[in-house]
Amino acid sequence: MWTREEMAARAAQELSDGQYVNLGIGLPTLIPNYLPDDVHLVMHSENGILGTGRYPYDDEVDPDLINAGKETVTVNPGAAYFDSALSFAMIRGGHLDVAVLGGMEVACNGDLANWMVPGHLVKGMGGAMDLVHGASKVIVVMDHQSKRGASKVLATCSLPLTGEAVVQRVITNLGVLDCAGTHYVLRELAPGVSVDDIVAATDALVETSEFEAARG
Amino acid sequence: MSMDKVVASAADAVADIADSSTIAVGGFGLAGIPWILIEALLAQGASDLEIVSNNLGVDGQGLGKLLEAHRIRRAVSSYIGENKEFMRQYMSGELEVELTPQGTLAERMRAGGAGIGAFFTPSGVGTVVANGGMPWRYAADGSVAVASPAKEVREFNGRRMVLESGIVADVALVRAAIADRHGNLRFHAAAQNFNPPAAMSGRLTIVEAEKVVEPGELDPADVHLPGVFVNRIVALTPEQADAKLIEKRTTTPRPGAGDAAGAGEGN
Repeated sequence: MWTREEMAARAAQELSDGQYVNLGIGLPTLIPNYLPDDVHLVMHSENGILGTGRYPYDDEVDPDLINAGKETVTVNPGAAYFDSALSFAMIRGGHLDVAVLGGMEVACNGDLANWMVPGHLVKGMGGAMDLVHGASKVIVVMDHQSKRGASKVLATCSLPLTGEAVVQRVITNLGVLDCAGTHYVLRELAPGVSVDDIVAATDALVETSEFEAARG
Repeated sequence: MSMDKVVASAADAVADIADSSTIAVGGFGLAGIPWILIEALLAQGASDLEIVSNNLGVDGQGLGKLLEAHRIRRAVSSYIGENKEFMRQYMSGELEVELTPQGTLAERMRAGGAGIGAFFTPSGVGTVVANGGMPWRYAADGSVAVASPAKEVREFNGRRMVLESGIVADVALVRAAIADRHGNLRFHAAAQNFNPPAAMSGRLTIVEAEKVVEPGELDPADVHLPGVFVNRIVALTPEQADAKLIEKRTTTPRPGAGDAAGAGEGN
């Protein structure tokens, strides 16, 4: 099984030099820690930054310079600021290469639910419903099962959707799966996880023959 | 006489805002919010307001103050988190909330200000945003009193999209770093956010500016928002300009300054 940090490190392998990337709040924000030195990304913050950088030193903090998680940040050389309408034009217009989001449930047709649980307090969808339509590649990073052991990698989502047929790849603590319409395709297993384990933990058909053939 | 949109005070700038007005407000989190105009509106007393703003400040700050004074009847926003009173008023049925995807919200303001009645967007297709049934207002017993309507969905170039309407607000309240007396604006860093779309959507747009300069001091090529979208300017004092709060102060230690903590110590 992968830890949160190992999941972030695995997600980092999905990113390549020169890409424009939006990282969601939570686990995806750990990803930059695991990028190789020769991979330089341009990070997009939907509140109006391309080229978001590290957290500031104490004497650099600027209340007007925050990321979409409302954290104080800095910008890298080559950064740009813009308004929210232009920021989401970049997103919806398909100008970003990759979006990495957290999830509550994913379905094998690519449906994503990550914004509300009926009966629980609603925080609002923020930019998530726009982001899932924005990037060429949408990756979800989340635990494979809930704390109660229920699968979050499903044939059909039970929670209200964030977007329909938007997710390409799911990285969980158990492995990597691609959404392939009527089923998932297994791409990778975390250490100590068997094919049977991930199939049992997934509430949908998982195609494993390609993976097993490659493994020999 | 040359053009001068600067008014004497924030109180003067908001004096004629009527009850039941729709007010678009700039800012994201606490960055770029019109702190002083919100205070002036609180003192002015207008009530039954419909606020169009990404969020409503945080508890006790920014639009959170209008919320606590029960002056807001309806909010069009993308995010309620970090604001217990916003959540409480929504769940108790005291406040109607039209949750709107953040990009759709920005575009609705921009479109309204650009004379575009409605537009089709992929955001929200296949969700309650397009299908309807999102709770707008709860009844006192917790049941849904008003739910969102279903919206028209059409396919363009193989992509399904939902029809969203532009927003024209009676008033817009905006914060800028620099204004010239014609209302040409510049914003600082990521404080730009919703301010230009909000300014465009207002029939009456009021700006609080950290600094006011004479016409000609801003290079025309450096203007972020042209003055045609601005009606009134309030010049902030240096103290008012500096009084900004931070929601999440995250820092990293300067290299060589000791290795006391890891990156991103938040609070």
